[in-house]
Amino acid sequence: MKDFFELDQKGDILWVGLDQKDGPVNTLSNRMLTAFEELLAHIEGESSIRSVILISRKKDTFIAGADIKAFSEMASSDEAVHLSREGNRLLARLENLQRDFEKTVIAAIHGAALGGGLEVALACHRRIVTRSPKTVLGLPEIKLGLLPGGGGTQRLPRCVALPTALDMLLTGRNVHPNRAYKMGLVDAVVEPEALEAAAAHAASHGLRSRAGSRKLPWYLNNALGRKVILSKARQKALEKAGPHYPAPQKILECVDVGLSHGFEKGVQTEARCFGELHGSAVSKNLVHLFMNMQASKGRNVLDHAKTIRSIGVVGAGLMGSGIAEVSLAKGLQVRIDDSNQKALTRAHKKVHASFQRKVKKGAMTAFQGDQRLSGLHLGKGDWNGCDLVVEAVFEDLELKQTLVRDLEARVSDRTIIASNTSALPIHKIAANATHPARIVGMHYFSPVPKMPLLEVVAQPSNPDWVVQTAVKLGQKQGKTVIVVQDRPGFYTTRILCAYLNEALMALEEGAGIREIDSALIAFGFPVGPLALLDEVGIDVGAHVSTGVVADVFRQRGFESNPVLKKLVADGLLGRKSGAGFYDYCAPDKPENPDMKRYFNEQVGSPQQSDELGQRIAYAMVNEALFCLQEGVIRSPDDGDLGAILGLGFPPFRGGPFRFVDQMGISAFRKEMEGLAKCHGERFQPAAILEEMDKNGEPFFGGG
Amino acid sequence: MTEREVVLVDGVRTPFLRSGTAFADLDNYQLARIAISALIGKTGIAPEAIGSVIYGNVIANTRNPNVARDGMLGAGLDPSTPAFSVSQACISANRAAAISADMIRTGQIDVAIAGGVECLSDAPIGHSKAFRKRLQALQKAKGVGGMFKVFKGFKFKELKPDVPAIAEFSTGLTMGQDCDRLAARFGVSRDEQDAFAERSHKLAAKAWEDGLLSDEVCRAQLPPKFEDIDRDNGYRGDTSLDKLAALRPAFVKPHGTVTAGNASFLTDGAANVLLMSRSKAEELGYDSSVVLRHYVFSGQNPDGELLLGPAYSAAACLSQTGMKLEEIEVFEFHEAFAGQVLANLKCMESKTYSKDLLGLESALGTVPMDRLNTLGGSLSLGHPFGATGARLLNTARNRLIRENGRYALIAACAAGGMGSAMLLERRTV
Repeated sequence: MKDFFELDQKGDILWVGLDQKDGPVNTLSNRMLTAFEELLAHIEGESSIRSVILISRKKDTFIAGADIKAFSEMASSDEAVHLSREGNRLLARLENLQRDFEKTVIAAIHGAALGGGLEVALACHRRIVTRSPKTVLGLPEIKLGLLPGGGGTQRLPRCVALPTALDMLLTGRNVHPNRAYKMGLVDAVVEPEALEAAAAHAASHGLRSRAGSRKLPWYLNNALGRKVILSKARQKALEKAGPHYPAPQKILECVDVGLSHGFEKGVQTEARCFGELHGSAVSKNLVHLFMNMQASKGRNVLDHAKTIRSIGVVGAGLMGSGIAEVSLAKGLQVRIDDSNQKALTRAHKKVHASFQRKVKKGAMTAFQGDQRLSGLHLGKGDWNGCDLVVEAVFEDLELKQTLVRDLEARVSDRTIIASNTSALPIHKIAANATHPARIVGMHYFSPVPKMPLLEVVAQPSNPDWVVQTAVKLGQKQGKTVIVVQDRPGFYTTRILCAYLNEALMALEEGAGIREIDSALIAFGFPVGPLALLDEVGIDVGAHVSTGVVADVFRQRGFESNPVLKKLVADGLLGRKSGAGFYDYCAPDKPENPDMKRYFNEQVGSPQQSDELGQRIAYAMVNEALFCLQEGVIRSPDDGDLGAILGLGFPPFRGGPFRFVDQMGISAFRKEMEGLAKCHGERFQPAAILEEMDKNGEPFFGGG
Repeated sequence: MTEREVVLVDGVRTPFLRSGTAFADLDNYQLARIAISALIGKTGIAPEAIGSVIYGNVIANTRNPNVARDGMLGAGLDPSTPAFSVSQACISANRAAAISADMIRTGQIDVAIAGGVECLSDAPIGHSKAFRKRLQALQKAKGVGGMFKVFKGFKFKELKPDVPAIAEFSTGLTMGQDCDRLAARFGVSRDEQDAFAERSHKLAAKAWEDGLLSDEVCRAQLPPKFEDIDRDNGYRGDTSLDKLAALRPAFVKPHGTVTAGNASFLTDGAANVLLMSRSKAEELGYDSSVVLRHYVFSGQNPDGELLLGPAYSAAACLSQTGMKLEEIEVFEFHEAFAGQVLANLKCMESKTYSKDLLGLESALGTVPMDRLNTLGGSLSLGHPFGATGARLLNTARNRLIRENGRYALIAACAAGGMGSAMLLERRTV
């Protein structure tokens, strides 16, 4: 028990200090449950205890949830079921302290109470939280393809209004203190310094419970109304998550059973579903993705990185303003410039609106919004003080070359110049520069505030501090960063080109536009490749695919497809021009019938949708393997992160490398060789597979 | 002493706008925040290097009694930098700069922001004393009966709002009345005043046209429209003597000489300068050529000499530094009223007045008009009370550099019968 709890009884109050001795935060594990049982026995047996206060002795976390690592290493789902049952049994005992022993348990929460942490708090009789940005409550299990297995699907809908509970359960979103109070999730919000005093006062004088205070309107507050809400939620979840993610439906099942057949039946269902989800490949891959994102911070060495206080952004388009926004949000000084004054004003508006939204949501105060916004400086001015200037102007080599030279004259000799480009070779951008070694690539994804990936493109000539500082800035901006080499198309653009190219090939062969897109959505991509081309702009796609990347592909038997250039010449640019593969002017965005003229009109033999999707997705996967083989990326882990976070590769498939692992190296090779026979040399599998196949070693040991 | 010399590194202000125009929705805090943020952006100074922020402010609102602190925190400066606000009427920013310079000189800090703000669009309008008393009592009242008692004897005239007046507290005279009095005493005619006002507006318009002020002024974009606000809106380049002559006296009727046309208007704006010890400026690579050499604050009898501060303080500043008026190449005098400036100039060039009032042996000297306020002044650019001193300092600095001069003198008058003069010296070594 001493490894987890520090007990201190003062009068009739037992203070339980949560303090897991072997970790930086408190987590839930089998060992912890054993200790918890001892604790419960102690409380039940000690008649002098009238109330119990659970409080964390860790900095800024209450309980961070289950120990994900230990959890993911659990061999069998039976173990997961067992964990859930045990957890629920103990939490029920905790909850019953009031009924059976007239003892009140108060959760005094400062910092993160997530997942199992919130479930413990929900089993307590009162919850007090601190008014602090560090304090967040939530059940993020769904993000890992799981469900809250500690009674969360049962207690939350009983504590807050059903739609609110479903929102938390199905989005995994964090709730801040004031909102938590309003929704009845917590009973009091107090200043961080006063948490202990408030808890002690609540223990000795009582505190009115807010659980169940937010009721549904009378016409919904009955069995039928709840059914309606649940069925609406089920429908919405299916639309949003698609068929690949089972967790939302399971969560709804648990809530439904609990509400119709009682708490007992509810937790039983919860434990069963928990086990099922734990065993699913979906969850395994999502858990791995989560841990991979955490670990990527450690993989990027930053011992030579400089501190960044102030950055410059040239180009105030969507990218530039996005980069400015994520930097301001972290308290950096940002000077943004653009030759187009209107663009500058638009950028200012955008950033302002984004902070206003945060203020409205209660994520920051109006004053904090002012503070962030004060870091924004518009127009020309002092670039000398900037630690890094990132250019985000139009993708045009000459323009970027001139700009870089111009910037060099205006910045200090310690300033890094970063180029935000998706494909232009950094060494070419730096070709005319005086200090090419201080020029680095930072490939952001649009829209920057939403997209979690940053690809830092390193030239061989870059000293460590330059690349590391760029990585550090990306991490500060909240991005997951992968470092890639300055080779044609870097990593993400290159594998995207292979994928889009294959989609165009299929179109050429007679597959339908919507047929292709549906096949890839069925594979798990959020949008199909042709709709994606319409979004980014067919001109951009043409620019990239016929440029540098084409050279690499040609050697491997890709035929470069001239059709994109023709589309651009005819003004079919995608969504921005009103029409591309789809017609955006018509309702429901039908396929653009004009497209027939550009592609083979003969309708080929209709292909199996699975086959079509696989063939196009495999083109991306195989290209990723080539990138690893050629040293463009540093590790399969980085490769998976880049594809999932940058391009929307289906997260539940774990990324290209885990995908190959799970399919089996030799099985994948065979598939590729089959495709090569059928569709051409470009499907020839990467050579590293042969070696790996021979040695029987996967990309991830234990994969 | 020289190693702790104080240099004026740079400065910036918001556009000065007539009250009730584009800054009407802002307040002192927001304007101060915008000006401080602009100074950080313009100079690139690291916030943690700043040792102090002092802001002048005259008409404070109840939300931000210490607008310097609220403004600098809102601008994202480091909380470890202390900040306070000073109030010395229209020379508040001068006082802010003087205290900052003293702190640098004595080695307490190396870097300071000094400035001031006034948002007269947001002047607090209060309740009458009688009504305030009732409101206070209401907070303690118990029950409906208690509340009823509080309002016993209530008269509707108690609801008349208490608007801040631009009047001298000690004499009850408005500033305009006092200016008329001063003009009469020094024989400044209406025509002279109108001509000076016209000069100010024309010079301001020309300075903006020639781009000489744009570097001193930051751009503001405010929600919801985010239109560029990047220049002052008070100057009237198309004014003429005829137009000015047509205006009726605003304060003393019918014979008075001060009109809306030859007086400064109510203005919203903020201004600030960055001060450093010379060694720090050199270390950080800033222009350290302009030194804040000396400053003097004066006090006169508010009953009669209310606006004569510039003459008194300039005389003291020059005599304490052993300088002669003729050596000054750049004059930046605050223009509260055309009549006030001209009366001060007459006082300075008159042997009698210089002797009787300023206690000098001979006349202080004549200020050449081609050296005075050549980019316009408070009459045309505007006069946000708390901010004007910082505008004068920054403009004087920029003029010194641009005109390749050595000495600049700024001077201003203030309610309460006070004056401020500050001497800048540009080193060209």
